Amino acid sequence: MGMGITRSHVFFVTGLCVGFLYMHYIVYSDPSTAEPAFFPLGHTNDVMKMMNVPLLMFKCSHPDKNESTLSQNVRVLCWIMTGPRNLESRAKHIRATWAKRCNKILYMSSVETDFPTVGLNVSEGRDQLYWKTIRAFQYIYQHHQNDYDWFLKADDDTFVVIENLRHILSKQDPKKPVYFGRRFAPFVHQGYMSGGAGYVLSKEALKRFIEGFDKGKCTHFSTIEDMALGKCMETMNVEPGDSRDVKGRQTFHPYPPDKYLIKQQPRKRPWYLIYDHYKPREGPECCSDHAVSFHYIYPVQMYMLDYFTYHLRPYGYKYRYNPDVTTTEVESNNTTTVSD
Amino acid sequence: MLSEGSSFMKGMALGGIFCLVLALLGSFTPGMQSSPEDQHHHHHIKAPSTDELQRLSEPQMVELTKKVRVYCVVMVQPKVLVYWATAKDTWSKHCDQAVFYSSESTKALEAVDLNEKDEWARLRKALKHAYDNAGDLRWFFVARPTTFAIIENLKYLLLVKDPNEPFYIGHTVKSGELEYVEYDSGIVLSYEALERLVKVFKDEEKCPERGRALWKLSEEKQLAVCLKYTGVFAENGEDVHGKGLFNGKSVSSLIEESMVKNPQDVVEGCCSDLAVTFGGMSPSQMQVMMFGVYRLRPYGHDFHDSLILLPPEGSDND
Repeated sequence: MGMGITRSHVFFVTGLCVGFLYMHYIVYSDPSTAEPAFFPLGHTNDVMKMMNVPLLMFKCSHPDKNESTLSQNVRVLCWIMTGPRNLESRAKHIRATWAKRCNKILYMSSVETDFPTVGLNVSEGRDQLYWKTIRAFQYIYQHHQNDYDWFLKADDDTFVVIENLRHILSKQDPKKPVYFGRRFAPFVHQGYMSGGAGYVLSKEALKRFIEGFDKGKCTHFSTIEDMALGKCMETMNVEPGDSRDVKGRQTFHPYPPDKYLIKQQPRKRPWYLIYDHYKPREGPECCSDHAVSFHYIYPVQMYMLDYFTYHLRPYGYKYRYNPDVTTTEVESNNTTTVSD
Repeated sequence: MLSEGSSFMKGMALGGIFCLVLALLGSFTPGMQSSPEDQHHHHHIKAPSTDELQRLSEPQMVELTKKVRVYCVVMVQPKVLVYWATAKDTWSKHCDQAVFYSSESTKALEAVDLNEKDEWARLRKALKHAYDNAGDLRWFFVARPTTFAIIENLKYLLLVKDPNEPFYIGHTVKSGELEYVEYDSGIVLSYEALERLVKVFKDEEKCPERGRALWKLSEEKQLAVCLKYTGVFAENGEDVHGKGLFNGKSVSSLIEESMVKNPQDVVEGCCSDLAVTFGGMSPSQMQVMMFGVYRLRPYGHDFHDSLILLPPEGSDND
């Protein structure tokens, strides 16, 4: 070795670095695993690494065109009936889960806050609910009547699947006087929609509701919000729609899922199904796969339903229910067994 | 000029070789013995990524779907009849074969009567029976009466795993030196693991039937000990994000915990989208779970999964 550092030495060291880095790049260049692609030692992902197959897609992927166009074409304004006492304990969890899927969300209260809530000219209490409803719809009509097609009312303990609501409404005309929900039979001749399960008014229905109060045809004749609104709908010739799915299963539910789904022996209608206009079913036929709402849902169940609806799923499962398949298509379908 | 050039080339060659040597050494992670039984020493089993699955051709995918078939070993007891009835009418319909094993015979429920009160002896007998009656099924899933399993997600986890290799998967717990799979979250065994287990059952020294009298280990730990003797180690089942797929607690318990731990992101912070099991479930919760898992969903969401699993015949709640 020479005494000083010669130019050769510099070149040598440079070469050393270049050689090392180049080899490093080659060896570790497989981006899909953290391990050297060349070495079968260490973790072998068994069957996978044996196969040298060209990239083939098993199922072609197409974007969720359905979903985004529905959101544009079926604009839903949601308003939540709440109050100062329930913001932290209930409304907060609605805000954290399904509220963001509405085209517009409004939290209606007696007091305006940064939640944000709209402050209506009412007081709190069960006997104020119909006043709140009237004032809420008046506020919405004043500020938003032209921006949305449908207007949903829900309680702060109602869980709603907006996509399923839009699916139902996409087949309806918002210019027609109609409203949807869980139809109850008593008190009003044409029936009325359960308040807890949530109900949704078409643009025309909203207009007629406001008109009814403007002209004195509808009044605050009762504190029972859902029944009273149902009476006003009848007075103003707004039709109660049928929200059941193509298999006749209910989509709006005034109680939590366990009240309906548990299999029972055939029996007389239990008290919580007494009001139903359409003959209710107990057990799995109660409820549509594309359910729209459940009521008496407290925070833990709110997140659970959110998890079940939008997250937890069986991988690869071919769902039985397909609302878009017509009967003729079903008959000609050949199902080939893959996993048997 | 020439000498500098050759110095450079020598340097490059040396640098490259040095790097290769380091990479080679790097594959031998410390602590890993090279004995053939210990070859399967990784502790985390991850579900396959979309990339991995998309590299498979359609016929390969069909092949794999046919191979990943599950024999469910469901442990029941006559005193809690409703759990047997519920498991039979809910999740177990999605197993390729579901067999119920009871502690004692009773006309009320259809099950293989093991005639055994001791939990460990019962588990041994059930596993031996399953091994003898496996037919061409190569994966075994052991559940307690309060466990709910989503078999499709189990198949997804096992899709590219070879059942002729020893696998013992679930929610792993460490107890001193022993790592075992928690019983309540479900235990998964490959055919190879079960075969080795059945062999070591005959060894009263390593794997006694009545357990060591003095310090009675729980059956889940005894299972781990016996398997360890055959070179099979517990592995934690996780999704591609590292979230555990096997849960010993119910959905509501986990959500409650998440509300405390991750109040801003309760659902994301809770459980995997492709969870395989939940434990501590009541019969009513299981019925609701069938709806929540197999039916309730938003219109218009398509997942483009890489395989198709058909619903079971003659079932009305999925």
